Amino acid sequence: MTNLTVEAIELTRLYGGRPAVSDVSFNLTKGQVLGFLGPNGAGKSTTMKMLTGNLAPSAGSVKICGIDMIENPKEAKALIGYLPEMRPLYKELTVDEYLTIAARLHRVTGKHIKKAVENAKERCGLSHMSKRLIENLSNGYQQRVGIAQAIIHSPMVVILDEPTVGLDPIQIRDIRALIREIGGEHSVILSTHILPEVEMVCDHVQIIDKGKLVFNGGIDVLKRQRVGNKLLLGFNKAPTVAELLKIKGITEAEAVDANMMRIRFADGADDNKVAHEAIVQAAVKNKWGLFQIAPDHTSLEDVFVQLTYQDNAADTA
Amino acid sequence: MIFNIVRKELKSMFASPMGWIILAIFTALFGSLYLNGVNGYFEVMSGAVRPAERVGVTQFVGQTVYGWAFLVVLFAVPLLSMRLISEERRSQTLPFLFSAPLSLTEIVLGKFIGLVAFLSILILYIALMLCTLNIWSDIDFGFIVANSLGLFLLIASASAVGLYFSSLTSQPVAAAVMTFITLIALIFMDRIFAGDPTNTISQLSLMRHFQAFSTGLIDSADVSYFLLVIMMFLVLTIRRLDAERLRG
Repeated sequence: MTNLTVEAIELTRLYGGRPAVSDVSFNLTKGQVLGFLGPNGAGKSTTMKMLTGNLAPSAGSVKICGIDMIENPKEAKALIGYLPEMRPLYKELTVDEYLTIAARLHRVTGKHIKKAVENAKERCGLSHMSKRLIENLSNGYQQRVGIAQAIIHSPMVVILDEPTVGLDPIQIRDIRALIREIGGEHSVILSTHILPEVEMVCDHVQIIDKGKLVFNGGIDVLKRQRVGNKLLLGFNKAPTVAELLKIKGITEAEAVDANMMRIRFADGADDNKVAHEAIVQAAVKNKWGLFQIAPDHTSLEDVFVQLTYQDNAADTA
Repeated sequence: MIFNIVRKELKSMFASPMGWIILAIFTALFGSLYLNGVNGYFEVMSGAVRPAERVGVTQFVGQTVYGWAFLVVLFAVPLLSMRLISEERRSQTLPFLFSAPLSLTEIVLGKFIGLVAFLSILILYIALMLCTLNIWSDIDFGFIVANSLGLFLLIASASAVGLYFSSLTSQPVAAAVMTFITLIALIFMDRIFAGDPTNTISQLSLMRHFQAFSTGLIDSADVSYFLLVIMMFLVLTIRRLDAERLRG
């Protein structure tokens, strides 16, 4: 239990009687990177505001390293670094001035301030921008300053709301590497709607839709749903489903259209290789006219849509 | 921790042109008032034959200068206080403060003290200017201290009012207009009810309570009035920000 950095217990937030977030509970342990996914208006930012004490929950509680956010807000907030969706930057200040203020407000003691600022700048690739006014920095660099202020006091928990929005691909790659690096020593929660990003940096995923948690689990669970055990086959003279199922290792088969078939293997990598070969041989033998064989990735988007769609269907039913 | 917010406020006040412009304008204004006062003193006193008509140089020049000091309250305070919270709300920087380990009270007090400290530069400046009279004359330092204290309390009360209105809106200009109107009402309340000096409402006037200070008198009743105004508006501001956290 000592490793728990964030505990959210039945968080609920009402806006004028309408729940924006309802009954969201989860735990985060040290060294984990949690991805927070959801369509627009699902309640991601609201949840993050509650986690950081910017918004009081209507019900439920938040504990940061065992410290209750409502009872001991100052102690709990000292353990958090937060980058909101809109970067909270004082544009009339220089990078150094701004980061110094951030360090001071987050209780970094006098003699360590300089070191903390240098360290944060170095980690975010800002060292050569020290004396520039934040106003004059590009969007991507401003984002880096935002991240720098969130990690300046080496908090236990770093919460980033859509950290890669508006960045160019190289910067996105840098920031992702940085998030992974931070995730090594601290816990990170980041929200995004870019699905591949979640796969790249997170080891835990939560999908939230209409204020409710619809998925909460490891990234490998999500990945398994989409890679590895499915093939998309193209035949000129397509066999029947029954014929395909006779091949050893195939557990499921369905016709996509007149020429395309989708099949699923039993789990286990070794069987797959044998089964692949068996399919090709069967196709040659029976003259099915095989012209395509490719792994079928259900995209993460599909999984995502499926999860959020099921919820919608349940609502309307 | 409050001190860190004060530092931050002062830093952004000196980083913006508004702060410098206000300092420059009021320095010029009080400088010319002072010069006029010194010139006028010799003219008026050479005409005053009877001893009863004669007043000290401190009081004569001081009253010329401090008599106009309410302009600081009326113009400088709304222009500077408007950005304290509403500007932060507009540029979405409030979460920066709210997610730092600070209580709302510390944030509000820090901003308030920051603004008052900035405007105290003017108070100090005026006092120093009047002290230069001491070079060729013997001046009444008590009179300057009382006036400075009065002006300080007046500015602090106005700043608290401005801070409150700034917390109500995300539009700095709207905050400035509301502060300006409220301050006009509070300052000239006693003029409106001048016909009936015992009227209770006229007791609410800021200027009425400043009058004792401007004659060199420090009255604890007036001091407590100013302290009450400051406290009331600071508490209102804290409650307003807290409501935002609770209701969103």
